[in-house]
Amino acid sequence: MTPRARLVLFLVGVSGLVAFIVWGLAGVPAFGRYRGPYGYLVDALAIHQTHATGIVSAVNFYYRGFDTLGEEFILFVAAVGVATVLRTLRDETEGSPGADDERAAGRLATPTSETVRTSALAFTGPVLVVGWFLTTHAQTSPSGGFQGGVVMASAVALVYLAGHYVVFKRISPVDLTETVEALGAGGFALLGIGTLVVGAPFLADVLPLGAPAGAVDASGTIALISFFVGVEVVAAFVLILDEFLEQTIVVRSRR
Amino acid sequence: MTTLEVLVLVLVGAGAAVVVATRHPVRQVVLLSMYGAVLMVLFLVLQAPDVALSELSVGTVVLPLLLLLGLAKVGGSRT
Repeated sequence: MTPRARLVLFLVGVSGLVAFIVWGLAGVPAFGRYRGPYGYLVDALAIHQTHATGIVSAVNFYYRGFDTLGEEFILFVAAVGVATVLRTLRDETEGSPGADDERAAGRLATPTSETVRTSALAFTGPVLVVGWFLTTHAQTSPSGGFQGGVVMASAVALVYLAGHYVVFKRISPVDLTETVEALGAGGFALLGIGTLVVGAPFLADVLPLGAPAGAVDASGTIALISFFVGVEVVAAFVLILDEFLEQTIVVRSRR
Repeated sequence: MTTLEVLVLVLVGAGAAVVVATRHPVRQVVLLSMYGAVLMVLFLVLQAPDVALSELSVGTVVLPLLLLLGLAKVGGSRT
């Protein structure tokens, strides 16, 4: 095919694609306009049905709880995959950080500055509390187990940033994070199976809803699922961070 | 669209362009982290605070940290 023929073919294809995209965009609702009925239905029914005022959480953990279970296991499998791929291989050794062969001749690694260490340590506690709050308040306000879990995991990352790799390893041994991750993911799935055992649909809100709507202990299973998700997410992210840190700091190729 | 929404959308577009146009990997990661913060503001302006929270924690903290660790492993900072 000559370059000229190729160009003509390309132009024909691209004009067709552009025509389709313009046609499609012409039928899209205007910016900020919502036409579907489901949002309005959920808005009107959710607080009455679930006693959760965090409607997004009610959707995530109740109305489409099954989808969330799937997303949960995507993260679970991803973390397990990272741990498997980044294991210490046969031709690699685990050296100690800062070992002699690590230093280029005449050059030392730049030490972490006092400012970074102090502010990282100062933020660790507050970040952990915020993460815990987000995880346990999905039913009352915009938050949820995923957000809270990631925030709590970044508190653990701050410990590493403060220059305490050894402390980081001590508070997050791989056995512990893997177990906690499995408990979180398994708790969510078992909760769904439990609702089947008592004769309700999968992940139905079978627990007492509590009163008033919007209280921290209201909303039945929604708060519980958010908690399980938070536990799973914090462990998954700490596990992934741990594997990456180990690869960067400890594992050395033997060659 | 309100003026604020237009302003933030333009910022998001410009930020994305800056991230793509940056050639140095480490600088690119730092800019990506800032771009995550801009994206978070967009979600906040569009009244999706829970998505904004996810973007804040994943886009500005976890993703850049993982990328930096990966770069440190493969020695990308030397290029």
